[in-house]
Amino acid sequence: MAQIHLEVVTPNGAVVSEEVDIVTAPGVGGEFGVLANHAPFLSTIKTGTLSFRKDRVAKFLMVTGGFTEVSNNKVTFLVESAEYGQDIDVERALRAKERAEKRLAQAQQATEKISRARAEASLQRALARIHTVELSRR
Amino acid sequence: MPGLKDVKEKIKGVKKTAQITKAMNMVASAKLRGAQEKMERFRPYAVKFAEAMRDLSGGMESNDLPLMEVREVKKVEIVVVTSDRGLCGSFNANIIKTAERLRKQYEAEGKTVSFVTVGKKGTQAFKKSGKLRTQFNDIMGTFQMFNAREISQNITAAFLDGESDQVDIVYGRFYSVAVQRPEREELLPIKPMTAEGENAPVHSAMSGSYTYEPDPGEIMEVLLPLFLNVQIYHAMLEVGASEHAARMTAMDNATNACKDMITQLTRLYNKARQAAVTSELMDIVGGAEALRG
Repeated sequence: MAQIHLEVVTPNGAVVSEEVDIVTAPGVGGEFGVLANHAPFLSTIKTGTLSFRKDRVAKFLMVTGGFTEVSNNKVTFLVESAEYGQDIDVERALRAKERAEKRLAQAQQATEKISRARAEASLQRALARIHTVELSRR
Repeated sequence: MPGLKDVKEKIKGVKKTAQITKAMNMVASAKLRGAQEKMERFRPYAVKFAEAMRDLSGGMESNDLPLMEVREVKKVEIVVVTSDRGLCGSFNANIIKTAERLRKQYEAEGKTVSFVTVGKKGTQAFKKSGKLRTQFNDIMGTFQMFNAREISQNITAAFLDGESDQVDIVYGRFYSVAVQRPEREELLPIKPMTAEGENAPVHSAMSGSYTYEPDPGEIMEVLLPLFLNVQIYHAMLEVGASEHAARMTAMDNATNACKDMITQLTRLYNKARQAAVTSELMDIVGGAEALRG
């Protein structure tokens, strides 16, 4: 099967750089898949789970916001952070989720726009982490 | 002439200082290596990001997006990035001086200036001015992207609320181990990137064939805040590396100064010892002479 080169780049360096069969990513307009020889394409990424498959082995990454570029049979993700499912601390993610929910409830009353946005963002991250762990354990 | 014992104590003290400065020099050089590695890891991300920004912002009007909105500038915010710790020569002083000069210049133009400081040294310098809006301390040691995000969210909020019409950043750029210079850049409003130099045509030719999802405008809306994070993170990285390089130089100078001082003091000590021996000899000879007499 034809493969496509996947690169996941974060400010702390490249997390993934290998040939893969298929990439599935959480685009802003919904999840999308990229196969080999995909047409040039640019999209923003929201916080969620990025998965790719190589030789029938699927791997899952939690990614935060950023964007992706597909060109010349190469797909590049530029995200602020990316973690493999097996590296995620589930306990911590669960705690973060609770904390974010609590903050969100408080912020709703105060109608503070910024802190609400922040709490939402950290809730998103926590949920994405938990989801990623669940997928990679399966 | 100082007493023998005093000089001996002094030599001991200076030797200890030299030991400390030498250790600090070595710690700084190890940390500098770490900071430079961090910069290296960041480079691919930054380069790719700038490329995408260039591709996208080609057809953009500058007032399309709130973060690119050019207003009449009445209020300027200056983000000053310094280190948390001192003992690194004139590194922080130079950054602060540059920021201060910038403030005077803006105020002469009739604009009001506020400060946001990153790093304790800058905070200490601008606390008294009464113009300090926010401060971020104790993060320069082990900062991550989320620190930069927090800062950029803060200044973005101020910009969008009209509390500032322009945001500048002043930081110490790392040119080499020997040279670090204060630098000023404009953060907000974000200017549409004009493709630089020769590689321009390649990019604009390429961008035509892309499929965008959602449309370029909406992508930009997501990318601009991220771009701000990139710029702030970059400034912090530069300051991190510069700080350690500056400290290395400063500590090297201090160690050398200590060595010079030890040489001088040892000379003084020997002289004093010689004088003591001579006067003692004189005493003995004088006593012997008297006995014989």
